[in-house]
Amino acid sequence: MGKGEEMTMTVHVDIVSAEKEIFSGSVEMIFAPGELGELGISPRHAPLITKLNPGEVRVKVSATESYPFYISGGLLEIQPHLVTILADTAVRAKDIDEVAALDAKVKAEEALSDKSGKIDYATAQAQLQQAVMQLRTLDRFRKRGG
Amino acid sequence: MAVGKEIRTKIASIKNTQKITRAMEMVAASKMRKTKDRMQATRPYSKKIGQIIKHLAQANPEYKHPYLITREVKRVGVILISSDRGLCGGLNSNLFRKTLSELGQWNNANVEVDICTIGTKAFGFFSNLKVNLIGQVSKLGDAPHLHDIVGIIKIMLDAYESGKIDQLFVISNEFVNTMTQKPTIEQLLPVAACELDENLGGHWDYIYEPDAKEVLDHLLTRFIESKVYQGLVENNACEQAARMVAMKSASDNAGNLIGELQLIYNKARQAAITQEISEIVAGAAAV
Repeated sequence: MGKGEEMTMTVHVDIVSAEKEIFSGSVEMIFAPGELGELGISPRHAPLITKLNPGEVRVKVSATESYPFYISGGLLEIQPHLVTILADTAVRAKDIDEVAALDAKVKAEEALSDKSGKIDYATAQAQLQQAVMQLRTLDRFRKRGG
Repeated sequence: MAVGKEIRTKIASIKNTQKITRAMEMVAASKMRKTKDRMQATRPYSKKIGQIIKHLAQANPEYKHPYLITREVKRVGVILISSDRGLCGGLNSNLFRKTLSELGQWNNANVEVDICTIGTKAFGFFSNLKVNLIGQVSKLGDAPHLHDIVGIIKIMLDAYESGKIDQLFVISNEFVNTMTQKPTIEQLLPVAACELDENLGGHWDYIYEPDAKEVLDHLLTRFIESKVYQGLVENNACEQAARMVAMKSASDNAGNLIGELQLIYNKARQAAITQEISEIVAGAAAV
């Protein structure tokens, strides 16, 4: 514990995904699965930007305390005093994106050609909308002094 | 008693409508809280990614990404974000009006437009118009996932990369507060140059792993995705807020109407009784 008395150097790290913030705080070291190999990042690392592979990101807050996070890929940016990890929320790959793009196109075409659509919810909603509009019209009538 | 049968039925029917609108109001209020939380949860990511792009703009990469280069505009892409359901006041119609005015301006400037829609309302509206719809997703629910919208973003990014479109915009509602939602248009591509961070002066560059092109590709794609995703969750919060307000005013109107109809009914009833009594009295006097 003798060495623990002096100030240990820390670096601020933020781990975020598009849907939420995962971790934010000062840590002694970060381990991340870089695309070209495992990275261990200490404070004052040179600026670096890299893609991450799916895997475990581990932050070492102190000698005894460290937290692991699983990420399914993402991006890591290092500035000397700030490390940012942008985590993907799902496993992403070029071909998966391609399929999704095709799907969106097909959906548009299908919906454009098929005009029948779903009725149950739509009719119910139309009826309710009618009722609301009726109320509003009645109200307008009344205000005019009917 | 035969008096005011129609009025009583009318009152009952309005009461039923009021019950529904009040229920919808309460559902919207609780959903709004959740969607607002979700909207706030996306902020750190877009803030961070914006920061990295700012840093990148100051680094001196040997590689210039096409997403950062401005081209002459002949054709633009639009991602339009609407809600899936109606009964949310003027939310969608304001958005469509804004969109139509933008479309009109492009039309005047002889710029063609490709549209991708998110949400059934936008698709329903624009599929009946003469616009070039190239993709759509809908029924994403109150808790949409990023991977739900990857497809249409990919369509647009591919179109941009192949030179089919020269600019990309997203049109959606901005959540100002519970009472106010503002339709806004934002340019996504080319990524606008942003103001510089003073802390990072001097000539420096990142170490790129594996290489600058791949990293920038990845980063800028995620940036666009996060912008659209943020627009989507924000639009969701707008939808719930607008619905809550619309349903509240509908319930209030129904309440007023019921009060008035009740008054009319009571008067009619009283008049009928008075008439009956006076008939009896007159009859008795005549005897």
